[in-house]
Amino acid sequence: MIGRLFSACLMLLTCALPVQAQERTIQDVLQEHRVEIETSSRKTIAPAIDAIASSGLPAAQTVLEKWQNKDMWQRKADGLFFYATPADGGTYTLFDFDSGETVGVFEKGDLDQLKPNSGIRAMIGAALVQFQLNDPDPVRRREALLAIQRDGEASHLAPLRAAIETETDPEIKQLKEVTERLLTISFDKDDAARVEAIESFRGSITLDARAALNPLLSTSLAYAPPEDANIAEHVHSRFDGRHMPEGVTRSEAVALLQKHGVLGAIPDEQSIHDALVAHMVNDQVGGIQRQDLGSPDARYKAYDALVAEGLVPARISEYDVSETLAYSPLALVYDERSKAVTDAAKVTLSSISRAVAFNQFLDLSLDGLSLASIYFLAAIGLAITFGVMGVINMAHGEFIMMGAYTGYVVQQIVPDYTVSILLAIPLAFAVTFAAGVAMERLIIRWLYNRPLETLLATFGVSIALQQIAKNIFGTQARPLTSPGWLDGALTFNDVVSISYIRIAIFVLALIFLGVFLFIMKKTRLGLETRAVTQNPRMAASMGINPDKVNMLTFGLGSGIAGVAGVAIGLYAKVTSELGQDYIVQSFMTVVVGGVGNIWGTLLGAGLIGFLQKGIEWFNPSNTLAAQTYMIIFIIIFIQFRPKGIIALKGRAAGD
Amino acid sequence: MDMFKKNPSLPVFIAVLVIFTLAVTFLSEAYGAGAISTSFVKTLGKTLCLALVAIAMDLVWGYTGILSLGHFAFFGLGGYMIGMWLMYARTKIIVLESLANAPLPPTASEISDAIGTQIFGVVGSSEFPLVWYFAHSFWAQIALVVLVPGLLALVFGWLAFRSRVTGVYLSILTQAMTLALSLYLFQNDSGLRGNNGLSGLQNLPGVDGISQDYISIWFFWASAFALLLTYLIAAFIVSGKFGSVIRGIRDDEARVRFLGYSVEGFKLFVFTLTAVIAAIGGALYYPQAGIINPAEIAPIASIYLAVWVAIGGRGRIYGAVIGAAFVSLVSTWFTGGQAPDVNLGFYTIKWVDWWLVLLGLSFVLVTLFAPKGIGGLFDLISGRLSPNRHGVPLGPDKGSLREEEAEK
Repeated sequence: MIGRLFSACLMLLTCALPVQAQERTIQDVLQEHRVEIETSSRKTIAPAIDAIASSGLPAAQTVLEKWQNKDMWQRKADGLFFYATPADGGTYTLFDFDSGETVGVFEKGDLDQLKPNSGIRAMIGAALVQFQLNDPDPVRRREALLAIQRDGEASHLAPLRAAIETETDPEIKQLKEVTERLLTISFDKDDAARVEAIESFRGSITLDARAALNPLLSTSLAYAPPEDANIAEHVHSRFDGRHMPEGVTRSEAVALLQKHGVLGAIPDEQSIHDALVAHMVNDQVGGIQRQDLGSPDARYKAYDALVAEGLVPARISEYDVSETLAYSPLALVYDERSKAVTDAAKVTLSSISRAVAFNQFLDLSLDGLSLASIYFLAAIGLAITFGVMGVINMAHGEFIMMGAYTGYVVQQIVPDYTVSILLAIPLAFAVTFAAGVAMERLIIRWLYNRPLETLLATFGVSIALQQIAKNIFGTQARPLTSPGWLDGALTFNDVVSISYIRIAIFVLALIFLGVFLFIMKKTRLGLETRAVTQNPRMAASMGINPDKVNMLTFGLGSGIAGVAGVAIGLYAKVTSELGQDYIVQSFMTVVVGGVGNIWGTLLGAGLIGFLQKGIEWFNPSNTLAAQTYMIIFIIIFIQFRPKGIIALKGRAAGD
Repeated sequence: MDMFKKNPSLPVFIAVLVIFTLAVTFLSEAYGAGAISTSFVKTLGKTLCLALVAIAMDLVWGYTGILSLGHFAFFGLGGYMIGMWLMYARTKIIVLESLANAPLPPTASEISDAIGTQIFGVVGSSEFPLVWYFAHSFWAQIALVVLVPGLLALVFGWLAFRSRVTGVYLSILTQAMTLALSLYLFQNDSGLRGNNGLSGLQNLPGVDGISQDYISIWFFWASAFALLLTYLIAAFIVSGKFGSVIRGIRDDEARVRFLGYSVEGFKLFVFTLTAVIAAIGGALYYPQAGIINPAEIAPIASIYLAVWVAIGGRGRIYGAVIGAAFVSLVSTWFTGGQAPDVNLGFYTIKWVDWWLVLLGLSFVLVTLFAPKGIGGLFDLISGRLSPNRHGVPLGPDKGSLREEEAEK
């Protein structure tokens, strides 16, 4: 209702304007303030800008913009103002502000360019804000608001408040209100209004709110602050003799006391050294020979001798400095004068930081989930070959790498990323399935029940495959580009977001889990695999060909590794060492989860993923340390559950 | 002597090692004809150290059946321990030289600060981390060469064997330990200069006037002597009752346990002892290599160690020595670019690129078709035969030898 009333008023106003305009043009306004504009001094220009901005004339915005961009010119002959564009041969075409029509082409000599200095340009900019905020184009209104949020000034506040009521777009109106509150916090003169604005941000987690609130709580160290100062805390009350309170360094406090004459110069090791060198006479200082000055005691003795002669300031012991610090009226004083404001900011910030911490926890959980699904993807093939069949395949990582390189090669041939990924997945499966079957036929079947030999033989294959990949594709990383619809991230708010690739990997991991369960529980192959694993002789007696089943099962595990390779390649760089980076973690995942159980692998991947992200949270800069501690944790974990989280029992356990 | 009776190869090995050492000495630039370059003397000396750590690996894997993928980590730790002293002492000499012209004689803390800045400047620090507490003392660091890897092996082994982690699980666990250690050392704030590692180790402090020609041959002698000692210790261990027990553990752990032996104790002893031997090997190796960094102890290095022992022939001490010497020297030859390229017409095989492929495949072939490794050739010469057991393993355990690879 109010909005409608207001637009009615606005219509009335706009109807009224032409009547006025017939009497008064922008040129008249400019002429009225001609002297100020010509003088172009920051001190006197304000009335001119105000007059233009508040004239209510449609050309006012043009004038201010042209003026700000140094495109406003004055004709020497009659002193009228125009805007101009350069024409041929050093001439300029002049345009009339009010009508926008061409006035004519003039020599440069007939004109004066108005060159407002940066201070004046800023004032014009502030005056322009009201026009930008009421611009008919919503995109420009939004841009103006974001610019104000980034770089607000006190002068923006009034036009912003005026522009809220007239806003019709609800989204931009909300943005305007938020911006108004942010500006109020920083620039309003009335403390009550600021406190109200501050409290309105309680529980919000936007970066802008934090950016506006944090400066309010900035402090500086003061010696004997005045009575009315807004004191954050008295330093000496928390000074324990050695450690300064948070936010204050000892040297800072000492420097302040020295500035106020409470403490004199404190000679440190270096200045003692320099003083001794400076007062050295005939290789002797303070009665001590140069070669004897190789110990701190001798140096102090020589220095004290210089002190006795009155040549240098006396030494002050650390203890005395500490005592002086503890009994001096030092205080951390808020730069913000109003206690109500800082109190409100403190309360609001702590509520914000609680909300941020909660959201960071959510974000971390999402990260952990996505890392877990990557580990799960890398390990699920192993869950078949190692977990079900009991074959240690150290070349598993290289199968992952082969899958990733297959994806890369397909992308070289098929330029469309969506099609190429869809092609790459079955192709990668086919390639690594073939490689797995070949390896099983040639090597592994001779070494069943010889796990250590299998480990070493497959390791031989692993280094050979790695080197072959290096010879073919070179050592530099190859890109495996994801399709456009996987770019970007799903953003919940300023803190919680997850990239679509990670979501895709998560979904893929779920699909693989489903496929694995389906094959193992519902198909003939799965049944035969389980039979052969549990008791090969009995299975063979029942008419199952163990050779064939082993071959196919190993091929399946390897093929899944290849598909995982495509997914991992989308997220990491494809190099010949890609697989090597995952092999130990994959084995860990399977072992921690419990060999022979896919749910165990899932739990293991979850445990390792969340744990690693959790450790990283304590020390975000150091992922190496996180991995180290995680491995140590796993080693200790295996002490307590040697068979993993889900241990097979009875006959299935195989021992 | 029981030891000589049970190990007929022992006198042969001693003779070969002595002749080899003398030959290298008289062909070296320092003490002889100069036919062998100093860098090759270093390569040979390093090879002896690798043979030494291979013996340790053979004891723990070939005789006890524990496929440890962590022994090269102990080797590297030994190198780090001695490297800390070498680097500290060397830097101290340089710092003292540069401070000699200072206006005042330096105090102890000034010297220590200057050394710290020199050593840790590359990782943006100048403070000595706690792990360098003993770095100033040669004897303390020598003790740490033995103590640090020994204690690590003791604690790790105790935890692992106590919870009956065996077979491949133990291998993966040791590999995880190695990975954790190398990742830890890769950090800049690990206190051991992150991925820069320790460098300049070939410069022995206090022997400035002596050229590398002499230092290299001294290290060669020390390595040969250490190898000899290790060989004797290994031969002594495997020839007595102790040797029978650990072979029993390898072939059938449960049966040995039921016979009343403390399997965990035996395993722990072998694991720790071999870790100490490996560390001593490392302490001799890295001063000859001149530099150590965390990449040296990445899990792959420990796997190569297993490769050497397997190619040489596990379960026999001379097999480990032959495997380590043969593979590492051939590897140096191929990767050093000395091997001639093979032109196939459509493609030229450059051995620098293809050596690892060849190694990997030959390793697979050895595992499949020649489980005895190179050491098996000696059985052909001595022509010893054994009853045909139709290829079954000697024991039910995962680490037990196959019939084809057992020494008869």
